[in-house]
Amino acid sequence: MFNRTPIAPLEYTRKLWMRSWVGLTMLFLYAPLILLMIFSFNDSKRNVVWKGFTLKYYEKALNNDSLVEALVNSLTIAALATIVSLVIGALAAVALWRFRFPFKGLVEGTMSLPIIVPEICLGVAFLIFFAKVDWPTDLPWPLNLSAITIAHITFCFPFVAMVVRARLASFNKEEEEAAKDLGATEWQAFRDVLLPHIRPALVAGALLAFTLSLDDFVITFFTSGPDTITFPVKVYSMVRFSVTPEVNAASTILILLTVILTFIALKLQGVKGIAETH
Amino acid sequence: MSGALQDWKSQKKPFAAVVSAPVFWLALFFVAPMAIVWLYSFGQNAGPADIEISGTLDNYKRATEWLYVSIFLKSFAVAALTTLLCLIIGFPVGMAITFAAPKWRPWLLLGIMLPFWTNLLIRTYALMALMGSNGYMNKGLGGLWEGASWLRTLVGMQPLEAWTPVQLLYNNFAVVLGLVYVHLPFMVLPLYSALDRLDKSLIEASLDLGAGHFKTFMQIVVPLAAPGIVAGVMITLIPALGAYLTPDLMGGTDSQMIANVIERQFKRANDWPFGAALSFLLIYAMFILIAFQSMRSNKVKAA
Repeated sequence: MFNRTPIAPLEYTRKLWMRSWVGLTMLFLYAPLILLMIFSFNDSKRNVVWKGFTLKYYEKALNNDSLVEALVNSLTIAALATIVSLVIGALAAVALWRFRFPFKGLVEGTMSLPIIVPEICLGVAFLIFFAKVDWPTDLPWPLNLSAITIAHITFCFPFVAMVVRARLASFNKEEEEAAKDLGATEWQAFRDVLLPHIRPALVAGALLAFTLSLDDFVITFFTSGPDTITFPVKVYSMVRFSVTPEVNAASTILILLTVILTFIALKLQGVKGIAETH
Repeated sequence: MSGALQDWKSQKKPFAAVVSAPVFWLALFFVAPMAIVWLYSFGQNAGPADIEISGTLDNYKRATEWLYVSIFLKSFAVAALTTLLCLIIGFPVGMAITFAAPKWRPWLLLGIMLPFWTNLLIRTYALMALMGSNGYMNKGLGGLWEGASWLRTLVGMQPLEAWTPVQLLYNNFAVVLGLVYVHLPFMVLPLYSALDRLDKSLIEASLDLGAGHFKTFMQIVVPLAAPGIVAGVMITLIPALGAYLTPDLMGGTDSQMIANVIERQFKRANDWPFGAALSFLLIYAMFILIAFQSMRSNKVKAA
C-alpha cells in the first residue's frame, strides 16, 4: 500500500482489492482448520470459549483403542495401496507410452474411468462385488483389510499412471537405444535408464496415492466391515453421534501428518514440481 | 509423442510384462464390479438376500418418478451453483497467483494446495464446528447484530431485539458453502495453469491500445483462459454432483443429493437393484457432461 514504485498495469497482485480477495479466500480455507487445531488444546467440553491449555484430549484420543486401531488400519491400507498402485500404475504408463496394440483406446479409456466415476458408484460396485464373490471377512489382520486395499488400488493407480506418463513424455528414447546398442538387456535398460528418469514422477505418484487412500471415506464406507474400521470411517461415526474434543485432537494429528508429508514432497520436488502434478 | 511407438508383435515379451498386470487388475477389480452393478440394475429382489436378474426395466421406470427426478435436478442445481461460486471466488485468486512476484508464487500455490491434501472429512468437520449454533460464525453475526442495534440507538431509534443464534447448519445453504469450501482448490489449480500459459504481452497490448481493465479482462483474458475455465468447471462440477459426505453431514432433511439416495438403497432401504439403476443414471449423467466438453474442445480445435 505504501510502495514507492508506482503499480504497473499488470501488477494485479499489488492492488489492494486483489490482495484482500486472496487474503479473504485464504482465511476462508484456513480459519476452520486453524480454529479446530487451537481448540483441540482447549480445556472445555463445549468448543467455543477458551478455558485453558490442556493435552487431555490427546491423551484420551491416544488411549481410545478403536481410534488408534482405525488410524493404524488407515496407514497400513495407504502403504499397501501405494506400493501396488505404484507398480501397476508405472507399468500401465510404460505400456501406453511405448507400444501400439489392438484395443489401446479401449484400455486407455477404461483406465481413466475410475478417476471420473463418482465415488459413490465405485463404492456401491465394490460392495456388490465383494458380496457376490463371498470375499472372506474373518481373516486375521492385515488380510482382513484386503477388500478395502483392493478398492483403494483401483482408484489410486490411474492417478499414478497419469503422473508417470506425463513424465515419460520427456524421455529421450535414444538413451534407451544407446544402452541396448551397448549390450544392455531389456531389463537392464529399463532399470538403469528408464527408471531413473521417471523417479520424480514415482515419488509424486506415491505421495498422491498415499494421500488419496488416507483421505477416502465414501468407498471405504461401503467396503469396510465392523472389524475393519479406517480412520475417516471412525471419525465419521464420532462426528455423527457426538462431537467430542477427542475428534479435534485426532484430526489435528492427521492434519499435522498431512503437512509433514507435503513438506517431504516439497523437499524432494520443489513447490513447482508439486504444482505441476496437479 | 512421435511415431516411435513400437508394435506389440515385435516385442511380445516386454509387452506382456508391462501390460498384463494393469489390464488384469482393471478387468477383475473395476470392469467386473461395474458390470455386476449394471446387471443388478435390471434385476429385482427375489428374497431377503437374493437378487434375480430378470431384465426388468422397473428400476429405471421408478427412477423417472418425480421424487427422484427432482432430486437429480436439485443435485444438478446445487453442483452448478457450487461451481459458479468456486469460479467467481477462484478466478481472481488464479489471476493473483499468476501475476504475483516469482518468490511469492510457489507459496500461494502451496496455500491453495495444502487444504486439497487435507482429509475431506476433517475439513467438513472443521467447517461444521465453525458454523454450529455455538460456533464463531454465529458469534460474529451476533456481534454485527449488536453493532447494528447500537447504531440504531445512536440515531434515536429503538434497539433491535436480543440476538438469538441462527441455525446455519443442516440446510441447503450449509451444503453449498461446504461444497464450495471443499472444491475451491480444484477450481483454482486448473485456472492458474491456464492463466500462467497466457501471453501477458497481449494484455499489455490491449491496455496500451486504450481498452480498460474490464474490457481487457472480458475480451482478452477470459477467452484465452477458456480451456482452463472449462477444465476447472468440469473438475468441480463432476465431484460436486456425486457429493455424498457434505449433504449427509451438513444438510437437512430436504437437502439430500443423489448420492445420499443411492446410499440409502444399499443400507437402510435395502433395495440394491434400484440403487444400482440410480448409480448408472448418475454415471450416464457424467458421461453426457464429458461428451459436451469434448465436443466443445473439438469445435475449438477445428476453428
